Amino acid sequence: MSAVEELDSDEKVDIDQVTTEQYLTFIMEGEEYGVDILAVQEIRGWESATPVPNSPGYIKGVINLRGTIVPIMDLRGRFDLTKPEYGPETVVIVLKIEFDKGSRIMGIIVDAISDVYDVPLDDIKRTGFGENQNARFIKGLVTVNKHMVILLKLEQFITFD
Amino acid sequence: MSIDLSQFHQVFYEESYEGLDAMEQGLLEMDIEAPDDEVINTIFRAAHSIKGGSGTFGFNQVAEFTHVVETLLDEVRSGDRAMNQSIMDLLLVSVDCMRSLLQELQAGDDPDLTQAKDLKAQFEAILKGDAAPAEQAAGGDGGDITDGDAADASDGAGGQGYHIHFVPEETLLQTGNEPTRMFRQLAEVSENNIEVMASFDRMPSLTAMNPEHCYLAWDIKITKAIDRSEIDEVFEWVIDDAEVIITELGSEETVSAATDPVNTENTEPQSEVADPIVQKTDETASEDKTAVQAPVKEKAKAKAASPESSSIRVSIDKVDSLINMVGELVITQSMLGQLGQNFDISRVQRLQEGLAQLEHNTRELQESVMKIRMMPISFVFSRFPRLVRDVSRTLEKKIDLVLSGENTELDKTVMEKIGDPMVHLIRNSIDHGIEMPDVRAAAGKSETGTVELNAFHQSGNIVIEIKDDGAGLNKERIQQKAVENGLIDETTILTDEQIFDLIFQPGFSTADAVSDLSGRGVGMDVVRRNIASLNGSIEVSSETGLGSRFVIRLPLTLAILDGQLVKVGDEIFIFPLVSIVESIQMDDSSINNVGGHSDVLQLRDEYVPIVQLHELFSVNVEDTIDDDKIIVVVETDGEKIGVVVDELLGQQQVVIKSLEENFKKVEGISGATILGDGTVALIVDVSGLSKMSGTSIKQIESAHKAA
Repeated sequence: MSAVEELDSDEKVDIDQVTTEQYLTFIMEGEEYGVDILAVQEIRGWESATPVPNSPGYIKGVINLRGTIVPIMDLRGRFDLTKPEYGPETVVIVLKIEFDKGSRIMGIIVDAISDVYDVPLDDIKRTGFGENQNARFIKGLVTVNKHMVILLKLEQFITFD
Repeated sequence: MSIDLSQFHQVFYEESYEGLDAMEQGLLEMDIEAPDDEVINTIFRAAHSIKGGSGTFGFNQVAEFTHVVETLLDEVRSGDRAMNQSIMDLLLVSVDCMRSLLQELQAGDDPDLTQAKDLKAQFEAILKGDAAPAEQAAGGDGGDITDGDAADASDGAGGQGYHIHFVPEETLLQTGNEPTRMFRQLAEVSENNIEVMASFDRMPSLTAMNPEHCYLAWDIKITKAIDRSEIDEVFEWVIDDAEVIITELGSEETVSAATDPVNTENTEPQSEVADPIVQKTDETASEDKTAVQAPVKEKAKAKAASPESSSIRVSIDKVDSLINMVGELVITQSMLGQLGQNFDISRVQRLQEGLAQLEHNTRELQESVMKIRMMPISFVFSRFPRLVRDVSRTLEKKIDLVLSGENTELDKTVMEKIGDPMVHLIRNSIDHGIEMPDVRAAAGKSETGTVELNAFHQSGNIVIEIKDDGAGLNKERIQQKAVENGLIDETTILTDEQIFDLIFQPGFSTADAVSDLSGRGVGMDVVRRNIASLNGSIEVSSETGLGSRFVIRLPLTLAILDGQLVKVGDEIFIFPLVSIVESIQMDDSSINNVGGHSDVLQLRDEYVPIVQLHELFSVNVEDTIDDDKIIVVVETDGEKIGVVVDELLGQQQVVIKSLEENFKKVEGISGATILGDGTVALIVDVSGLSKMSGTSIKQIESAHKAA
């Protein structure tokens, strides 16, 4: 149809994939969560961070990522899940989150990395979550291989309140 | 060849700007009655190098213009011509003219030669001995006012329409400009209220005609009141290749070119132009006004490109010492390299020595590199004498500018950004602060007002003071204005400081609160914002009838801080070394408890409130004996507080990293840094710390007073 689409198709091999997004998924409390793979900068092992005084409990601190100061957020803490135990599989996903005023780099601690999926946009179900206080972080739900993946709305994570 | 030369253009521009600054400074210093030969020589030399340089690089417009300036200077230098006020004014205006020519060239535009031509004519007139000095001087004085009118006229819509005399150069068509298309566009904007008459005067005989040239000229009459800018837009692309004269119908005044409302210094000579031209023939007059209307956009671009130059001049001493240090560094490196090749434990001692040496070298190197960025503030100050002279003449006020502390050094980046806010403050002081001579005399003050500029270092900051002995800030007026603008309620009762602070509020417009010379769309809120963006602060104090005083505080450099590392629990924090007064061993006997909660330290004859860093920052600490702890006494905003930490570690320079970039502002923390082992340590914001503990400090103070 247009040059833009052709370019996209070159990159993503198949023209059908224009309407799909790729998600990196990870496991937390037995559930699978997905983040837009384009926002993922790197995945690194958990190492201790420097705590920042008087910040929310889910901020584990800041680390030095090649000269940049990057905050590390414990996603379990953010979702008010049970306290995690950091083990060998615990990883930090470093995300570059774009928002209307620029972009921010942030690390999130998750239990383990799972997989990468192509998700057709049409398949994302935007269910209402009623009173669920974490609803604002959720972009939608999608079924992959018969199980549910929760897709996260990253731009909601840049405010620390 | 031209490609080879173009790499030197940047250097040429910078040298020329320096030359122009030197000329300007020399002219301002010069005593007209008895000019100093040395000063005249300096001015002459600067002009001469600019002429030479611009000739070499093919900037003939500049070279030609500078040539006449130089000729006149040469006569003054050789004593053939006496210096007088009008020559001085003319020279100053020429400096501006050359500067703007160079700026336009630097921005890659074709320079607007209107002003240069007029000035050149004036110079030639003087050189021939038939100058009209009085009128020139008058023109200089009235500069801003006439300019303002012209700008108004050109901004607004023409009363009944316009007459446009359009004579393109013969090569117009080759640049892809099509007159008929332009006429169509004019017809569109004027909704077909347009008459176009072609003139065949320039048409050669058929045999001599080049079919690719344009020999026609046009007179266009637009009979509808439209915005002048719409006409300018049509001719925007051809003004360099054509003579365009736009006259407003119904007024004989030619709305002539290149009014630049952004810059008074630039436009001032514009009005001077008017006077001498009247004496000449109509022909010259129209020619002089041909280079119509360089669009303001382009001018603004040239302005924006120039002030922050991309290179600095460094004294050879600084470079030499750098080279020495790098030499030492290389020696240390090879020593360590050798040591590493066949290392065994017996040589640990030597390794440690080598590392200590390396640290020493690195630190010295770092200091010297930082010093390269430091420049005396006179670079900023030097532009103010001219500013004060021009502004005070426009306003007919008598003002002395007193500069002190010009040799105070600060970081180049900081310096570049502080210039504009200072210009604004100084303009304000002259415009709103200093009263008219008669008012001053009536108030029993000397007719000549004084504006003082002072700079000095104070505890790791540079402090810049701008002080005037004018009328001071008018509290009632400010308050009234703030109420009008909805910043405060009518009933709000404010302290003097709070009132003064209102002038920095974004909604506080000075537009009609004053006879505005400033009105350049820059408010005090912008001044404050600019200063805040440099991590600085601005304060104002004022006394009615005696004057006002603005104090700007800026960090010397933005990137590096001398820090004291301290340990609290398992965490390392960094105090800026400059804020530390002393560190003492905690001793229970010198600590008193006030009101059951707050501790104070008896420090000689003072009581200093104490805060526990681990409490403020909620750090887990194992209960240790208090006697092992250290109290770091820090001072901020004239207040001392004692901060209890577990341990003092080393002192080192740290590179400041932003915490806000990816996270958010944290109370009590000014930033972060990366330590030698790659971990992050947080830098304590001492004034934030005192605010955090502020409530407890207040309690202590009141308890003291009670006691």
